[in-house]
Amino acid sequence: MLISCPHCGPRDVSEFTYQGDGNRVRPDHASTDIGAWNAYVYDRVNIAGEHNEIWQHSGGCRMHLSVTRNTLTHKISSSTPVQAARPTQKAARKSRTKA
Amino acid sequence: MVDTVSPLEPVLNRGRFANTAAQTGVVISEPAPGSIVQLAAWPDTDQKVREAIASVLKLNLDNSPGAGAVSGHRAAFNIAPRRYLLAEEDEGLAERLLSIVPADVGSVTDLSHGRTAIRIDGEKSEWILAKFFAVDFSLARFPVGQGVSTSHHDIFTQIQRRSETTFDLYVFRSFARSFWRSLCHASEETGYEIR
Repeated sequence: MLISCPHCGPRDVSEFTYQGDGNRVRPDHASTDIGAWNAYVYDRVNIAGEHNEIWQHSGGCRMHLSVTRNTLTHKISSSTPVQAARPTQKAARKSRTKA
Repeated sequence: MVDTVSPLEPVLNRGRFANTAAQTGVVISEPAPGSIVQLAAWPDTDQKVREAIASVLKLNLDNSPGAGAVSGHRAAFNIAPRRYLLAEEDEGLAERLLSIVPADVGSVTDLSHGRTAIRIDGEKSEWILAKFFAVDFSLARFPVGQGVSTSHHDIFTQIQRRSETTFDLYVFRSFARSFWRSLCHASEETGYEIR
């Protein structure tokens, strides 16, 4: 399987480390909602198809990537720097405050 | 300054080790640069860091991934977004960079004692390296000066092409002796010379 790193180009999957489901949204640090924390830690959607994942190019440029992988075919349809794909905690907090 | 001791001394047996056809396809050596330094920029200071490299090493890099340049005993190449690996024959490169790269521009890490440089040269060098790394070493995809960060069995290796047939590999010092032996074993097929 090849993953196309936005910095290094297509590289063998052995250079990458899977860092988990990319669909999770971490509850606010101050949240005491046990259900939300439980869902964040344990609940996974286990999709058969296009799946959002976080990978790290740990054997290369060390960049964290937001990857969309088809779990049935292993085809990678997108790979972007995770900072570009996901709002930071600070930005998320700011947007929640505004709302 | 503390002398750099090569971890390769016990295994660096100079000589010619030909294959069964009495050929030597590659020459393996230890260039032993006096300085190996990593220079990292902040998100908005990449240009300033590359200017610092041009000022100290007289090597101009563009901002493309893997961009690098070599001149004599000086070498620099991009190893990750906004990060560069620099090598020079003289010691004290980190100190010279620190004098012109303040903390708000970038960070300088002296790796002179933490990395070992290994050079492989010869018409079969691409062939040998392809046994270790899942990287396209063809000249068209990996031109002279270009660098790449990759790994061998989960251990980091940073590679720069110095010429059409020459590559410099930067590996962890503690991994260097094992990697050197592996490189020699992989080169038995083509024959090799240690200098």
